[in-house]
Parts: sequence; C-alpha cells; structure tokens
Amino acid sequence: MAKKEEQDTRFSKFGTVSFTSITKTNDFIDYLEEGKVMGTRCKNCGKTFFPPRVDCYNCLCSDIEWFEISGRGRLLSYTKLMFAPVGFEDDLPYMLGLADFGDFKVFGRVSKEIPEEEIKVAMEVVPRVVKLPEGRITYELTKA
Amino acid sequence: MKRVAIIGVGQSAFVRGYEGSIRELAFEGFKEAMEDAKISVKDIDASIICSAPEYDKQRSPAGVIVEYLGLIPQPTCYVETVCSSSSTGLMVAYSMIQAALYDVVAVIGFQKMSEISSMEVQERMGRGADIQWESPFGTMMPAYYAMYARAYMEEYGLTLDDLAKVRVKAATYGQINEKAVYRKPVTLEDFTDPESRLAAPVADPLRVGDCCANADGSSCVIVANGEKAKAMCERPVWILGLGAASEAVNMAGRPDLTRGLRVGIEAGEKAYKMAGVTPKDIDVAEVHDCFTIAEIMAYENLGFAKPGEGRDLIRSKETYKEGSIPVNVDGGLLSKGHPIGATGGSQIRTIVKQLRGEAGQMQVKDPAIGLIHNIGGVGLYGNVTILGRE
Ligand SMILES: [Zn+2]
Repeated sequence: MAKKEEQDTRFSKFGTVSFTSITKTNDFIDYLEEGKVMGTRCKNCGKTFFPPRVDCYNCLCSDIEWFEISGRGRLLSYTKLMFAPVGFEDDLPYMLGLADFGDFKVFGRVSKEIPEEEIKVAMEVVPRVVKLPEGRITYELTKA
Repeated sequence: MKRVAIIGVGQSAFVRGYEGSIRELAFEGFKEAMEDAKISVKDIDASIICSAPEYDKQRSPAGVIVEYLGLIPQPTCYVETVCSSSSTGLMVAYSMIQAALYDVVAVIGFQKMSEISSMEVQERMGRGADIQWESPFGTMMPAYYAMYARAYMEEYGLTLDDLAKVRVKAATYGQINEKAVYRKPVTLEDFTDPESRLAAPVADPLRVGDCCANADGSSCVIVANGEKAKAMCERPVWILGLGAASEAVNMAGRPDLTRGLRVGIEAGEKAYKMAGVTPKDIDVAEVHDCFTIAEIMAYENLGFAKPGEGRDLIRSKETYKEGSIPVNVDGGLLSKGHPIGATGGSQIRTIVKQLRGEAGQMQVKDPAIGLIHNIGGVGLYGNVTILGRE
C-alpha cells in the first residue's frame, strides 16, 4: 500500500480552538511564527484582503502576494465576554474587538495587557502575535 | 403578476426542553396551521422544511418530517439561512407558486435546541459566523451584537436604559402570549438590581436581559396561489413584498457598525419597492429582536427612525401597541424565545393574525399592512416580508 501523503494542516494551530485545518492560506501561520500578521493583495487589481484569501473575486484571479499589516488601527468597538462557547472557558473573561486600518479591518482578541479603563472606542491599536500553550498561535489587538 | 396568499398559520408553544422528537415537534405547528386553513394533507402540493443544522442529530430532516406529517409523495426540500430559515422558506414557496409549479405549499420551520447544553448552543451559533478567521477567538452571538451596541452607545449616546426598555416592552406582551417561553414581567429595576439574573453581564454592554432565550418550537405557514386562496380561504392574507439580502460573514467585512445591519436595509428596500409602500404605511411589525440592540437597529434599518434615532421610538413608547408603529407586540424573540428555524414562521403567524384581527389581547387597531423582519446570524442573511389584508 502506498504511504499516505502528509497533509498540510498548519492552520489547525490557529487560535484557542481552530475549526479549519487545511486552507490555501496556511502560510498565514508561518508568518505568525515569524511575528508577522499578514494580509493578502491581488497582484492583478491591487485589492487588499484581511482576513487573507488566495482568490480575488474582483478579477477572478488567484495570483496574490502577502503584505504585513503596518500602521495603527482605530478600535471601532469591543466587548468583554463573561460566558464562552465550549472550548474557550479557560480564557474567560476575554475581550473581542474590531479595528479599522483604512483599506481593511481586523477582528480579534483585545490584549489583556491593556488596563481595562484605558480601552476605549477610537483608541489606536496594532496587531501583535501571541504564542499560546501547546504550540498554538494567534494574534491580538494591543495598544499602539 | 399573479397574487400569492397565506391561507394558514400555526406554531407550537415555544418551550424549554420539549418532550418529544423533532418530527413530533414539527407536527404541532403543522396541525395548528392545517386546522387554521381547514384543509387536509391532500391539498398540499409541496413542502419546504426549515431549520439550522447540528442542534439535533437528524441529517436531511425534510424527509423524516414530511413522512410524519403525511406529506408524501409530494416533493419537499430543506432550506436554511439559520435564524431566518423559515422566511427564506416563504420566499422559496412564493417563487414555486409564481412559477406555477405548485398551487399550495407548506413552509415548516422547527428547532429543538434543548438536546445540547447552552454552551454548546453558543458554540454552534459561533460557528454560524466565520469558522476559519473568527471562531478561533471564541466568538458567540451576544458578543457580536454587543459590539454593535457599544458602537451605538459611543456614536449616538444610546444608553443601557434604552436597551432595557426594549426588553420591558417585550415582556409586556410576552405575558399575554400563551405561546411564549418567558411569561414573567420585567421592569427597568431588574436591570439595575445586582441580585437580578437579568442584570448579569454576558458580553458587555449586553446583559442576560438583553438576550433572547433558546427554545424548542415549530411553525408552519401555508401559502397558495391567488385563485386557490380565494376559493379555499375566507380571509387570505396577501404577500405584497419580499426582500432578501446577504452580508460579509466576518465582522472585518462590515461597512459601519453604527448603521445597523446592511441586510436589514437592503431587504427592506426591496420589499417596500415590490409592495409599493413606504415605512409610513406599515401598521404593525415584527422585527428580529434576538438582542435588545437588534430591535433598535431594526427600527432604523426599516426606516421607522433615522440612523441614531431608533432609541427615541422606545423612549416615547411609539413601538407599543398603542403607538404609531407597534413592533413585536407578541413579545418578540426576547419573550417568545428563539427556536432558530421556527422563528420566521412565528413572526409571520403573528402578522397574519394581526391583519385578520385575531390577535386577541395583542391586537393592534385595524391594521391593513404588516411587516416581518427576520435576520439570519449576525446580519449574515436578512429577509423582509410585507403582508396585506387586501
Ligand atoms: Zn483582483
């Protein structure tokens, strides 16, 4: 019997619990390992995507390049969860937020390192890579 | 274009922990609708079964349910847009009748959420959003709506009290709706008393009292072409407008949190245009109040209030039964409970009963045109349906 080819399941390391293991955006995880939060850009029409994708619906092409999220985002909203879905209980309480970077927006956890009284709508934030236990990896929004 | 009417509506009681299986649950809403329409299973030419998957173990539930309801060998199919599944089902039924494929179609919605724990329900609902890019952060429905609520509070000065007022209104009518899961009164003090369960934070600024309850339930709407409807039914209620829309699944793809849900605006505009009416013509409405903030956003997205001014409608009680635009005078999702796939059909049932003048204690004075706003996910899908007496 032929040996089964090994599958590229890098994405299964993303976040507290990942529900996806195989995706053409698996390089996102390698970039996180390098400390970079990356989006993609269509080489043909220049459209930027975050979260990243490998196919551009604008021109139906799949020729994309990765770019690092730079600059500061503006926090549009946030919430602090006191209940969590199954699998996330140990993280409680935690915050989720959405930040505007101009051409795209970034959704993610808000860093627990920011004192809560400092968290405000319109505050400036930057994404930062966070290494989690057991080799898992994610990003969060932290104070610029 | 031919006309299409609703000739029968029904729903089960919405309960916690229904003591029966999904087919038995579906039978309850179906039975009420069939008795309402005064027809037999032979009169139904096709059916559409609506629910959200993964709450029960049945794969492809349509087959099991139609067999139990005696709707074989007529054709059936499964339609799903999570919380707006049965409104989407109505749109599909309308299209089948307009296409002259079938004359009478039953739209049956059901959900039995109690087979899994509420934490598991939150996990399922969280996975109704973007499982690749958002769920790994630990998302859940209240958190998404909480972000809209905070954006509204920052932008327009919406207050926690305004949100609580939406729940107080819902409870006013939930108490008199025998199908509702939550029948107790709610006061503003219930949101400020630290001992009160309703005041407990879920995803701030939303509290327990800002969130609708999970429930088990079923609904059924029977739709017929105009000629059949006139022949079979004393008081058909006419489908005047149908609008539907979709939106970016990821919050990062949303245009502006301070403008509510774009699917509500898009679906509303389409439905108004098709019906040839404006927001001012609506006499009674059911809106998707899965959370208190969702009702405020719906007021604005449907044109009952300008952006940012939705709160004024609840402050002035204009959306109470006696107000200029009564909204959710059956208790809404907040009091009735929200059995995902059954919810749209229940909202439609309420408006049909209102237009027929059969809403009892909940009856609004002489309504001619009613509207149903049913949202799937966090504004991922939206359906607006406009019904008329004439
Ligand atoms: Zn392109």
